[in-house]
Amino acid sequence: MKALSIRGLKKTYKGGHEALKGIDLDVEEGDFFALLGPNGAGKSTTIGIISSLVNKSSGTVNVFGYDLDTQLVDLKRQIGLVPQEFNFNQFETVQQIVVNQAGYYGVPRELAKQRAEKYLKQLSLWDKRDSPARMLSGGMKRRLMIARALLHEPKLLILDEPTAGVDIELRRSMWDYLETINKQGITIILTTHYLEEAETLCRNIAIIDQGTIIENTSIKRLLATLNMETFVFDLAVNEGQSSTAELTLEGFKWRALDDHTIEVDVEKSQGLNRVFEQLSAQHLTVLSMRNKANRLEELFVNLVEKGRKPTAAEA
Amino acid sequence: MSSISFIALKTIWIKECTRFLRIWVQTLVPPAITMTLYFVIFGSIVGERIGDMGGRPYMEFIVPGLIMMSIITNSYSNVASSFFSAKFQRNIEEMLVAPVSPAVIIGGYVGGGLARAMIVAVIVTCVSFLFVENVSIHHAGILVLTVILTSTLFSLGGLINAIHAKTFDDISIVPTFVLTPLTYLGGVFFSIQLLPGIWEQVAQANPVLYMVNAFRYGFLGVSDVNVGVALAVIIGFNLVLFTLAYTLLKRGAGIRS
Repeated sequence: MKALSIRGLKKTYKGGHEALKGIDLDVEEGDFFALLGPNGAGKSTTIGIISSLVNKSSGTVNVFGYDLDTQLVDLKRQIGLVPQEFNFNQFETVQQIVVNQAGYYGVPRELAKQRAEKYLKQLSLWDKRDSPARMLSGGMKRRLMIARALLHEPKLLILDEPTAGVDIELRRSMWDYLETINKQGITIILTTHYLEEAETLCRNIAIIDQGTIIENTSIKRLLATLNMETFVFDLAVNEGQSSTAELTLEGFKWRALDDHTIEVDVEKSQGLNRVFEQLSAQHLTVLSMRNKANRLEELFVNLVEKGRKPTAAEA
Repeated sequence: MSSISFIALKTIWIKECTRFLRIWVQTLVPPAITMTLYFVIFGSIVGERIGDMGGRPYMEFIVPGLIMMSIITNSYSNVASSFFSAKFQRNIEEMLVAPVSPAVIIGGYVGGGLARAMIVAVIVTCVSFLFVENVSIHHAGILVLTVILTSTLFSLGGLINAIHAKTFDDISIVPTFVLTPLTYLGGVFFSIQLLPGIWEQVAQANPVLYMVNAFRYGFLGVSDVNVGVALAVIIGFNLVLFTLAYTLLKRGAGIRS
């Protein structure tokens, strides 16, 4: 079953800005789906329409078979939303915020309190249950919004840049948590600027730019289209050995970053063995090696640039 | 109403009551102090020189009006400030993403305004006992009905104001330039029979007059206007404002882009 099905979705704001130009999008049940795009591409507008915070201009939205126009109440029950900005009452306590949210979905208060304990414990917020939300750290506030979105136990969780401004350790723990609940059956749609996040967590991806979907495929398939990667090598240069200044690497484009570090462009067909062979022949020891940039990031930039390239008529 | 809507309604109501009780120094204490000053100045000091009004000592005459004035201002400001804060902090989105109908949102917020108005009314009534020896109740049914209808009406007014408001200034414009003049000219401190000629007829176009007089009738059994007409006017205004608030929320005016 499709968790989300969008057809011909358009949104024009007052003033004439066309945020969405008729997008089609499908997300399968159980998927972990990434919606990527530069700022102002239409990601938040799409999420806003799905979660009823933004009125659409035209098109259809279905969530688990429920239509946005005719079955709004049932549709809303399927969705949990974690918005980009903190949007809870800063003066209410953590527990009040999550219990009230459950109440809006018709969850009886006693049951809501039991669930609050469960989710706040899972997200390490139980000790803060009586604290006003304004007293929480940024990371805690992010986790509070996840707990709030889960309290009515939705089938589809939508997260709009959930790890923005969160430190690495906390980001990793949030990833683990999202992976866990996804394995339990919750479909997740994620927008993020951290492409590593999408690559690590998501199975499928849509890239949106200027109100249009420019790519919609699986992450694996998308990465398979990548022809070239850049690797950074840290080298040990001992006395009597060649330094990076004297280095030669036949068949590769490469640059010396300093006496001990080089970056090499490796095409898919070339393989890394030939780099190692040549370095070894010149008595250079590779201490470590890493990708220069996130692979998805390169693809993302290429796709967006390609989509924006002016046509002959425009040029 | 479905049980789900009832739970949502109860949740909004509890949230609203928790809010004004949490900040009781800002919400419940000021009316007690303000009304004490009114009773001291207009009732005790000035009132003794005025004598009777509407066949009653002046202090007794103004008690219902002052209670009604508290009900009006507190209902209005409770809903206006709470709903606008929810818009400003964007926590109104908590309700918008949930399956909560506009009628339930209206019911929850109006219920909050009503609860605060009732508590303030009890506080001001208790304060009035310090100044008036015999506070009689002529018709309890009309008294309660008028309080509920008036509080609902001004809660709806506060909600509509907050829906349209874009800044905190916008929610103080209506109370300052509309509500206060209407209340002061609505027969709180005087009988409209004192107004000369045409001004008595003009005063009858003021909706607050009907509320104050219906309430005064419930207390003292005296009124400048027919009580049946007064209640009909208040109910009519309630229907108009409810329809307006419902339409605005359904359309998402001021809260959905």
